[in-house]
Amino acid sequence: MADSLNVFAEIRTVTIVLNHFSAAAVFALFASIVFGITHRETTSDMVRYGLYCFVMFLGGAIVAGWAMWLLRR
Amino acid sequence: MANSALDKTTEKAKAVPTETVSMMSVLAPAVGWLIPGAGHMIQKRWIRGGLLFISIATLFLLGLAMQGRIYKANGGDILDILGFVGDVGSGALYIVTLAMDWGQGAIAFATADYGTKFMIVAGLLNFIAVADAYHIAIGKKQ
Repeated sequence: MADSLNVFAEIRTVTIVLNHFSAAAVFALFASIVFGITHRETTSDMVRYGLYCFVMFLGGAIVAGWAMWLLRR
Repeated sequence: MANSALDKTTEKAKAVPTETVSMMSVLAPAVGWLIPGAGHMIQKRWIRGGLLFISIATLFLLGLAMQGRIYKANGGDILDILGFVGDVGSGALYIVTLAMDWGQGAIAFATADYGTKFMIVAGLLNFIAVADAYHIAIGKKQ
């Protein structure tokens, strides 16, 4: 318990600054893992759906980014 | 006669798993909420449980390390209430963070808001994992 609290304390002293894309990539990775496991029955379907979600999350972010770039011009 | 004996056997066969499932259907979601992935682990889905734990805990701890803000129980703005609902889904991670008075947020970092969202999403993902653990417990999913 004390060790795990030390881990928490270390995390509190470290400040991680992610840029927009890396934050989106980290978010997409972990959300896709959870979606894959919880939304499908078999292992192969889980992997396939997880990859699909990951691509959609990141692809959506990239498409939205380019759409905003075009709107700005 | 033969039919009634068969019916009784069938009833017994049905009754035993139902009793086990009902206990697990309460225990798995409760444990799964408190420790992300544990609802799967107590049902011997070790890899799934481990992956869920790693994903949800990492997302939450990254959010904390990004100086994200934790929401406390409140009756004010609807977005604050929803933020609290999301955060509370992380179970023990949220309780420890609150108890240690962490997650105050830092306006100095522009990406701190990402951290806040990471922690909310971690809680919401854990709610999905809890529902999945429940579905496994009642036999709706393998």
